[in-house]
Amino acid sequence: MEVKDIIKPENLVYKKPSLLTDKVTHYCPGCSHGVVHKLVAEVIEEMGIQEKTIAVSPVGCAVLAYNYISVDWQEAAHGRAPAVATAISRLMPEKYVFTYQGDGDLASIGAAEIIHACNRGENIVVIFINNAIYGMTGGQMAPTTLVGMKTATSPYGRDVKLNGHPLKITELIAQLPGTEFVTRQAVHTPAAVRKCKKAILKAFQNVGEKKGTQFVEVVSTCNSGWKLNPVKSNEWMVENMFPFYPLGDLKG
Amino acid sequence: MADYRLMKGNEVIAEAAIRCGCDGYFGYPITPQSEIMETLMDRKPWEETGMVVLQAESEIAAINMVYGGAGCGKKVMTSSSSPGISLKQEGITYIAGAELPCLIVNVVRGGPGLGTIQPAQSDYFQAVKGGGHGDYHLIVLAPASVQEMNDFVGLGFDLAFKYRNPVMILSDGVIGQMMEKVKLSDVKPRWTEAEIRKNNGTWATTGKTADRDYNIITSLELDSSRQEKFNHKLIDKYNIIREKEVRYEMIDCEDAEYIIVAYGSSSRISQKAIQLCRAKGLKVGLLRPITLFPYPTEIIRELADRVKGFLAVEMSAGQMVEDVRLAVNGKVPVEHYGRLGGMIPTPNEVVTAIEEKIINVK
Repeated sequence: MEVKDIIKPENLVYKKPSLLTDKVTHYCPGCSHGVVHKLVAEVIEEMGIQEKTIAVSPVGCAVLAYNYISVDWQEAAHGRAPAVATAISRLMPEKYVFTYQGDGDLASIGAAEIIHACNRGENIVVIFINNAIYGMTGGQMAPTTLVGMKTATSPYGRDVKLNGHPLKITELIAQLPGTEFVTRQAVHTPAAVRKCKKAILKAFQNVGEKKGTQFVEVVSTCNSGWKLNPVKSNEWMVENMFPFYPLGDLKG
Repeated sequence: MADYRLMKGNEVIAEAAIRCGCDGYFGYPITPQSEIMETLMDRKPWEETGMVVLQAESEIAAINMVYGGAGCGKKVMTSSSSPGISLKQEGITYIAGAELPCLIVNVVRGGPGLGTIQPAQSDYFQAVKGGGHGDYHLIVLAPASVQEMNDFVGLGFDLAFKYRNPVMILSDGVIGQMMEKVKLSDVKPRWTEAEIRKNNGTWATTGKTADRDYNIITSLELDSSRQEKFNHKLIDKYNIIREKEVRYEMIDCEDAEYIIVAYGSSSRISQKAIQLCRAKGLKVGLLRPITLFPYPTEIIRELADRVKGFLAVEMSAGQMVEDVRLAVNGKVPVEHYGRLGGMIPTPNEVVTAIEEKIINVK
């Protein structure tokens, strides 16, 4: 049997989603962003909603997300993606509007915008990447940084007296009547990836049915910021992040 | 048939927005311009034209909603007053950087800080010279009547889309709060989705179709050489605007020996002041800039060759006067007269000022 005999449609087990562009991503090897981008692209492709999707990228590592997924994009100011998405969704109610934000963007500088967009029940999907650190600027403390966790701006570990507590913003958002589906996922194992994709698909389907705000947190790794290799990062996430940020549906 | 009404300047902004086919208004309450959103909420234009009106959680959210709406190729606007406009500066520079068309109304009150709720013209520098970070300009229109509050909404949107640039109506608490007769604009329907795709589909996020690549609205460029090229593109655009869009009004300037330069409510007061001057035999004319960016530099330069002096009258500590001085370039004296903190000059004060600061100076 030769290679050409194997390349047949019936033998296809995996292909790159057509919506993912051929650009090489700027993400570090092992980073969760790449997997989540792929899942979002797969969901949009499978639902056949490329023409109807408008995406909003944040400031942070995913600022350049618009280079990688072939839908119309708006790049928002730091933290303001939910306000930008609010207007897009209100002005074009038939569109599938999603924001893609990190923890600094969503839970710190953009806390007001996300709370109020969710409280108004804006008909949007929010993908929230929580890796407990500012990746793009070089590993500073985030609102979700765990107590005792070392970062560039908490070099002796996060001290509650000095820095306050890590913010469980997803729990807060689940309290808001405007949100319909609030879930916390991860992408560290094949099973977790499949579950996460299901959650993202459900979120997009719910927006199609105009059910209000859909919030998908993905607890993620940042090997560069955490100064661990990808395998160790996953292990550290399971041991330290999951007890504080437990996976599962919070609502809907 | 022409539709004449007696209305407040702020109310007219709302009515003009609905009539010119505006797609969305996003605002946050602040004195002295809250009547704009109040009028819109009372009029319920979503039932009439489909226009979206939303009270945002902050001025910051409101201007970012404008970014989102403008990015879709829609006619969207916000309004606020000085402290709120300061909050919007982040969004405004992103809008300028992403080359998005929109309308921003500033009904100016006195500052700095929380200042006063009374009228002032102390946001000239912020409006004309930048306001936010980076090299950019707004197109700035300065209404001097309730009629111009009506007219500049449609004009503002036309200029915004012509140049893909944010436009500011720089009004003040006097023009916003006073009532005058106004001829309202004819009703224009909102653009259809097909019209938006046709007019703005090359850049706006209308949804990626098979016939085009996907569109990206962004102000980010990490490659310095490309960012520099983009900066030059903006400079070229601003130079075209300087060449083509200067608007001003001249009153009694033909035989004038002295010129008052004033915009907005100060120009209304100065109009009375030049009448009082003429009654005293003083040949004083009024130049009223209508666009503050682009500024009527060329006409001031020409006037400087044949008059003996200029007085800039503005309710600020002396901001626009700097642009008069740049245009006059030392040929003749240029002085400033202003009241501050929400105080409004009287015509007699202006007459005294031009006599003491310009005419009677040996």
